[in-house]
Amino acid sequence: MSDHLHEIALEVNGETVRERVEARTTLVDFVRETLALTGSHVGCEHGVCGACTLILNGVAVRGCLTLAVQCDGARVETIEGLSDSGRISDLQQAFIERNALQCGFCTPGMLISAQELLSQQRVPTREQIRAYLSGNYCRCTGYQAIVDAVETVAQRRAGGGAA
Amino acid sequence: MKPAPFAYAKARSVAHAIELLRAEDARLLAGGQSLIATLNMRLSRPALLIDLNAVPGLGAISVKDGYVEIGALARHAQVERSAEIRAHVPLIALAMPHIGHPAIRNRGTFGGSIAFADPAAELPACLLALGGEIEIVGPQGARMVKADEFFKGLFETALTPHDVLTAVRIPRASAETRAGFAEFARRHGDYALVGLAASARAQGTRLADVRLAYFGVDATPVRARNAESALCNGDLEGAIAALRSDLNPADDVQADGKLKGHLAGVLLRRVATQLASNKPR
Repeated sequence: MSDHLHEIALEVNGETVRERVEARTTLVDFVRETLALTGSHVGCEHGVCGACTLILNGVAVRGCLTLAVQCDGARVETIEGLSDSGRISDLQQAFIERNALQCGFCTPGMLISAQELLSQQRVPTREQIRAYLSGNYCRCTGYQAIVDAVETVAQRRAGGGAA
Repeated sequence: MKPAPFAYAKARSVAHAIELLRAEDARLLAGGQSLIATLNMRLSRPALLIDLNAVPGLGAISVKDGYVEIGALARHAQVERSAEIRAHVPLIALAMPHIGHPAIRNRGTFGGSIAFADPAAELPACLLALGGEIEIVGPQGARMVKADEFFKGLFETALTPHDVLTAVRIPRASAETRAGFAEFARRHGDYALVGLAASARAQGTRLADVRLAYFGVDATPVRARNAESALCNGDLEGAIAALRSDLNPADDVQADGKLKGHLAGVLLRRVATQLASNKPR
């Protein structure tokens, strides 16, 4: 059915991508299955878990609650692009140091949310970190280590140095 | 799960959206933060999605004479950061951080939340507490509907399948305006078990025009009118007691009605303190 298939052109991690997509394809399924960028994960598929978080036109969004067809002309960045850019290498390192991940399923989404928070607030309180990451479920760590890692990076970036 | 197949069209204008809505089984798509979840779960299976996101001019927040107009496509994150909203509609500013999670607020829209009318959502209750109005454009033209008449039943509003919600209008706060907001949710940002949005006018040391809008306790947000009167008389304990006649919360998956009734009283105590202590703006 022709009105179910749409030609879209968008920028993903700095590269222009042209594909035909079904209207019903979500953005996270598109990047995983069509572009083979499998760092964004599919968890609950109804916006609760945050595993599918990616960046659309500069802001974090749920990849399962956005349709690929809506992203014609948009700029998308996935965890692969963010990671390759080196912009979050300190955050990634802190997650490793603090054991802020175990199975790693939530980690790409956590990193994107944490990076967005740190871009808005230089040194957020632990309470603010928790509130900002409230939309990202982790079933392994109990969150303490994740909050520790984000707090540590905030202080390091602010030049505090400690921890 | 994955959505069932549907056709997709981008509306170029409100008039174009209304024209597209003539199709059988069409749904409007704004932020999609509720709609796409229901598509994924196949709780809704529209034949056509009409995407409003490219319609120009629907996302503005403007301060007018006596009221603030919030365009239907204003994103929650945009409203949350708006200095105009903080200054002129403080209740909305209080409620914003409770709506979903940051990634959801980046995409979800003010108008979408009102049109979807989830009984446990914050904004419909805020609009009710503030005595706001909803601007609706349909095939016969535009009309305004008061919040008190907009929410009809479970996910049911004054919108017909041929209408587009284009904006909401909220009276501007004055120096005497007081606002209060509190909710209980299992996780910050989740839908509330019970919540309360309130507005009032300070009159010396007393409160007048108290409007208490509860959410998560019924099929629509509901005014607690007996409690409002008691609070106008300065009788907080009487107001809490009056909630038993104002509210009749049913059991749901999150909590039973008895617990919700109890929490409604706890919220009223907190919100009454906020109403009494708000600084004039």
